[in-house]
Amino acid sequence: MFLSYFTEQPMSAYPAEEGLKEGFTSVLFSNKYYDPVEGSRLFNERIEEYKLAEQVGFDGIMVNEHHNAPFCMQARITVMSSILAAITERAKIVQLGNPLPTYDSPLMFAEEIAMIDMISKGRLISGIVRGAGQESVCLNANPAYNRERFNEAHDLLVKTMTDDGPFSWEGEHFQYRVVNPWARVLQKPHPRIWVPGVFSAETIRWAAQHRYPYISLNTPLHLTGELWQIYDQAARASGYEPGPENRGYLLRVHVQEDGDKARENAREFMWMQGEFTGIGHPYWTSPAGYGSSARRLDYARMANSEIRGSRASRFEKQLAAREIVAGTPDEVIRELRVVLETCRPSILMLWGNDGGVNHDDSLRCIELMGNEVLPALRDMGDELGLHDPIELDTPVSLALTPPDELIPVESDDEDRPEDASDSKALQMFR
Amino acid sequence: MQTVTTTVAGLGMREFTGGSGDPLVMLHHSFGNPGWMPIHEALADHYSVHALDLPGYGGPEGSEQPDWARHPRDLALIVGQWLRTKDFGPVELVGSGFGGWVAAELATMAPELLKRLVLVGAAGLLPEQGRIYDQFLVSHSNYVQAAFSSQDVYEAIFHSNGDDPDEHPLGDDTLVMWDMNREMTTRVGWKPYMYNRRLRPLLGGVTVPSLVVWGDSDAVVPLECAHAYVEALPDARLEIVPDCGHAVDLEAPESLAAIITGGSS
Repeated sequence: MFLSYFTEQPMSAYPAEEGLKEGFTSVLFSNKYYDPVEGSRLFNERIEEYKLAEQVGFDGIMVNEHHNAPFCMQARITVMSSILAAITERAKIVQLGNPLPTYDSPLMFAEEIAMIDMISKGRLISGIVRGAGQESVCLNANPAYNRERFNEAHDLLVKTMTDDGPFSWEGEHFQYRVVNPWARVLQKPHPRIWVPGVFSAETIRWAAQHRYPYISLNTPLHLTGELWQIYDQAARASGYEPGPENRGYLLRVHVQEDGDKARENAREFMWMQGEFTGIGHPYWTSPAGYGSSARRLDYARMANSEIRGSRASRFEKQLAAREIVAGTPDEVIRELRVVLETCRPSILMLWGNDGGVNHDDSLRCIELMGNEVLPALRDMGDELGLHDPIELDTPVSLALTPPDELIPVESDDEDRPEDASDSKALQMFR
Repeated sequence: MQTVTTTVAGLGMREFTGGSGDPLVMLHHSFGNPGWMPIHEALADHYSVHALDLPGYGGPEGSEQPDWARHPRDLALIVGQWLRTKDFGPVELVGSGFGGWVAAELATMAPELLKRLVLVGAAGLLPEQGRIYDQFLVSHSNYVQAAFSSQDVYEAIFHSNGDDPDEHPLGDDTLVMWDMNREMTTRVGWKPYMYNRRLRPLLGGVTVPSLVVWGDSDAVVPLECAHAYVEALPDARLEIVPDCGHAVDLEAPESLAAIITGGSS
């Protein structure tokens, strides 16, 4: 199993009452409430925690980026990745993910990740995402071309990593007279690309068609079966048999010696689900042209209704459904067994601390995870046959899979349901 | 009134048309044309009115979307081809809001297609003092409401489901059309938002008479833009409609029709 640590790195030290008064905490929520003294403290505490996560045995440290909102302090994923490249020795740096369509220069991004891969001595895993709609609003990248820009930036990125320059690029959205960066990725053929996501069937299918592992971001456990069904169908149609090595899962997990204290701290996971922050308008999170036209009417109804409160279930309900796992190491290990048996991921991201959980508790949580939870998870992974792509040395993509390893695809299976994404349960989750 | 579709540049272009007389073409706001409206009816007494859906606007039955269009100027080129295909001869071109911007672009590149340019609360120029109200930061309905000084007039036009508390006040057709229109506006007008720095220097080449009409309470495109248009266009006259918001065509159709037909100001 590949076990990674994650925190959303919230800017927790802001006056939450101002956000509640305003009615939203993203995009236009004024940064006059951002205290850089506190920001500095929080960044440095997180850096100490990342160092500990490596020391106690995590295989990777997952980082992400968001804009104009207190729920995530990281405005540039490559900045924290660069820092991790220098201050850690062994753990993989897992970017989940880089919002490619919001970048106006995929070439500059390719230069950055090549530098990170070299400085980290080949420890980079570079995930890519479309980015939520509000990231497009905040960085002023046209949301109507989000998917097109994602696809084109991906193609350019892969070509830049694998082909020698100079070459030119004349795309629909990006043009370069010369692509010839004097910065090359160390890992050959290129660093692994993983694709995180919450619910988009289109993205799940896209990941499967490229043979990139899909990292399901805290999708309710009972829906993961449907997600893998979509992935597996697309994988088989692409000529390979998928397995746990194609599956990742991000789960909120908090551990303390005292189970009650762990559960109390775990309430902070609600922080970004609307109780304190993370509230936004539908026309920010899904601007016109960003979402699926099949859901246009539902979306337009929602966008033109009064702002709604959190869509999240109550804390106790999320605990019961194992959307949040919290307790003593033994309690958590018991719960995680159910998660592994149900979801069968080989890549597990433990989202350990959020909201206002203090530095000492965060450190203790990481320590207990490393000393007690991770060894138990590794045993379970072996027992359940959950072998990760690095362990199995799987090809980094479908394009770089030797042709003789591909299973001939007969014909389009007409009996195959179009996609499982239309199920009632999944729609409700959306 | 009848609906006519004409193919231009491979795209089905829809118009509502009615009345008789010299041809008058109307281009709508970024939120689209709600249908054959009182302004069309009023002008149809004097003109052969053609209320055209801009490419990519008008909902599922409207004009088809040009995937390649990236700027309102591209839409102006298509409208120019449409005018040539229709072979009207020079027309009265009336553009409201975003449609006014498209009309102004077309006037700079093909003034021979126009008899007169009428800009109503037109976007297209960057205001120096104020700011054009940004629809992409608000809901569709909040944006359209902002185009009216009277909430009652707005509701009378768009609240097709009445006051039924169990129904969304906006009809499904309106919601879908607004969202499709907003998507098209996003495709061609995401940034810079509602202006083109390359328009003002070209307005001096608009050789036909121009009429600039503005609501005195326009909360979407600042009144200073009216003055900027009048200053930049060689032969322009300004008419300000009192107690009226941005959507003069929808909020004060009789006044606008009278101004256009020269009946009164």
